[in-house]
Amino acid sequence: MRRRSFLTAAGLGAGALFGTAACGGGGSSESSGSAATKVAYQQWGSGTIMKDYLTGVKTAYESANSGKTMELLPIVASENDYYTKLQLMMRSPRTSPDVVYEDTFLINSDITAGYLQPLDAQLEKWDEWSQFQDIAKGAAKAADGKTYGIPDGTDTRALWFNKDLFAKAGLPADWAPTSWDDLLAAARELKGKLPGVTPINVYAGKAAGEAASMQGFEMLFYGTGSTLYDPKADKWNVASPEFRDALTLLKTLYDEKLCPDPQIALDAQVGTRVQEEFLPGSTMAIALDGSWLSGTWLESGGAPWAEWNDVMGTAPMPTKTASGDGKISMSGGWTWAMTKNAANPDDAWKVMSTLTSFENNVKYNIASAAVAVRKDVAEDPQYTGSNPTLEFFSSLVPVTQYRPQNTDYPRVSNEIQVAMEAVVTGQASPSEAADSYDEAVKGIVGEDKTATL
Amino acid sequence: MATLTRPGSPETGTELHRRTHPLRVDIARALPLTPAVVLLLVFLAGPILWCCYAAFTDTALTGAGSGATRFVGLDNFRQAFGSDAFRNSVVLTLVFTVLSAVVGQNLLGLALALLQKRAARVVRMLVGTAVIGAWVIPEVVAGYVWYAFLAKDGTLNEIIGTLGLGQNWLYTLPILAVSIANVWRGTAFSMLVYNAALSEIPQEIEEAAEMDGATGFSRLRYVTIPMIRRTVTTNLMLITLQTLSVFGLIYTMTKGGPGTKSQTLPLYMYEQAFSFSQLGYGTAIALVLLAVGAVFSVVYMRLLREEA
Repeated sequence: MRRRSFLTAAGLGAGALFGTAACGGGGSSESSGSAATKVAYQQWGSGTIMKDYLTGVKTAYESANSGKTMELLPIVASENDYYTKLQLMMRSPRTSPDVVYEDTFLINSDITAGYLQPLDAQLEKWDEWSQFQDIAKGAAKAADGKTYGIPDGTDTRALWFNKDLFAKAGLPADWAPTSWDDLLAAARELKGKLPGVTPINVYAGKAAGEAASMQGFEMLFYGTGSTLYDPKADKWNVASPEFRDALTLLKTLYDEKLCPDPQIALDAQVGTRVQEEFLPGSTMAIALDGSWLSGTWLESGGAPWAEWNDVMGTAPMPTKTASGDGKISMSGGWTWAMTKNAANPDDAWKVMSTLTSFENNVKYNIASAAVAVRKDVAEDPQYTGSNPTLEFFSSLVPVTQYRPQNTDYPRVSNEIQVAMEAVVTGQASPSEAADSYDEAVKGIVGEDKTATL
Repeated sequence: MATLTRPGSPETGTELHRRTHPLRVDIARALPLTPAVVLLLVFLAGPILWCCYAAFTDTALTGAGSGATRFVGLDNFRQAFGSDAFRNSVVLTLVFTVLSAVVGQNLLGLALALLQKRAARVVRMLVGTAVIGAWVIPEVVAGYVWYAFLAKDGTLNEIIGTLGLGQNWLYTLPILAVSIANVWRGTAFSMLVYNAALSEIPQEIEEAAEMDGATGFSRLRYVTIPMIRRTVTTNLMLITLQTLSVFGLIYTMTKGGPGTKSQTLPLYMYEQAFSFSQLGYGTAIALVLLAVGAVFSVVYMRLLREEA
């Protein structure tokens, strides 16, 4: 009896362990096999921009196409979990949605995985496709040369600054730094004149996730003229001196306490706090952040702030030494894509082209404060007049850079965050952190796919 | 863990049948078990077998491994043992388990049970309710309560901040913070187990020990502990296995951070499998976690055998 109770205990324990391990297999809602086209999108927090927009499109689509229905599948999850849940759903034909909302940053991975189907045949016959900017058309183009997604908007990144605080510190309201040194000088000035105010935020570390890689590191790194990945040679950049330069700037910013305390910067809430607490509360002067930030402060956003347009100014992020165009930006964006398992591709296409039509795209771009990818939307007075910062952020499109469109990028991005975190916490010097990054990248992509670019 | 007796077990009747038609009776007797066995095979053995298979492949949620899964042999394990992040997780898992289960929950549970034995009825009830209350609330709620208590703007800092001791405990001492939270949450289990064991010790033995002059610690050391040794081993085994797989509590409190300073194996596994989509690698880590649990189990079983 005693022996047996032990075996039972061991069995129970093992069961618990396996339970943790095996929790990846769960499927979700079952398809009914009806004629409805299922559209999956991310729903998280209190924002209802996407939901409101899709509900409007659904009503219009169903009245224009009698007998057809569009079923909305909100996936309630934060960003990382959204990808995971979506991928789990797409794995099985029984749970797969027909139309999915895909981030350009991951669409290549999902194409390689075989979850999506190319749209070239439909796009060829679609007269509105010519309205899309060429650079945006490339966002969902895979290595096989086929296009798998229709972009619905993009974004750019730059410096937001608090003009009230700038005035107090004696800095101009039309501030536009021309180099990293210029930026540092302004931050130091703010630090000296305004105690209690954090001069600048540059995201760093794993807690901020992709925001740290893109808004943080890459906005610095691509400003050196270097690149993470060369798609033509299919090589990742290692042992790069520019990589070390970017980390060194980050170290300076955090060591001199020009950035938030690492305890705040390495907390998962940092993004929300910057947008909803520090900037509106005038406790932070500059934020290196995305074009969508004002969406938070609009009436429909998470933290309405009526005076935002009077208080906040914008400036392009300068390159390291004013080289090139003197300014740099990074762009991402989302696309609508069709899954491999779409029950009825014709209906799915009809839904997709409705979602990205001129009329609907104007509405969505206005509501989400996105940078337009359709030429006709970009020129539409309703759109250009909707948000005072749109013109500025759209003007950065010519200098913008895209992240490596490569399936290994998400894992490389994580290594960037690890390197940043090691530097800002003082666990490693910039060159030590960069050395670890180089080793990690070689491990991920294979040494033969690395070079010093 | 005392001997269980089943008064109604029809031992004699079974013996009789078995002599006449052994096979047929066995099948007939097994028949009612079939649904349970099938369920176990499908939902317990199935995932376990899939896990063992996947650990040797490059299966992934997205990217190349998802489209055409390849068999990669021991690559996942080689990658794990060569990785600093993995070794860091193993060390943290051991620290967390020893600190919060073997030392914390176990000793505190025993201490509470011993104190309760001689406490007044009211005290016993109040303490019991409080401790079990911590055990009953869901893991995520417990995690959030401790986050709210230890965070930078948390209750603890409000209290001791005036003394100049305030700090973000989740940032400065993350593994200790999650260990304390796990002790708080899990002690009730050990306490209940020890309560039961202590009440089984015959009064006469305790009295005899007292007559012989064994008091306080020496009575605990030479009389009480040896009497409940089997229970101690059972309890250690159960709480160790439970603690090894703690995920929700740590995830809610620190998400394994800052950096990887509280990233135990379950969190590392989750990150690899679901944040980086490397299902194959994640399941390989799950197998390693299983092996760690097995090592603990073997050690405890040895201890039991030695004393027997």
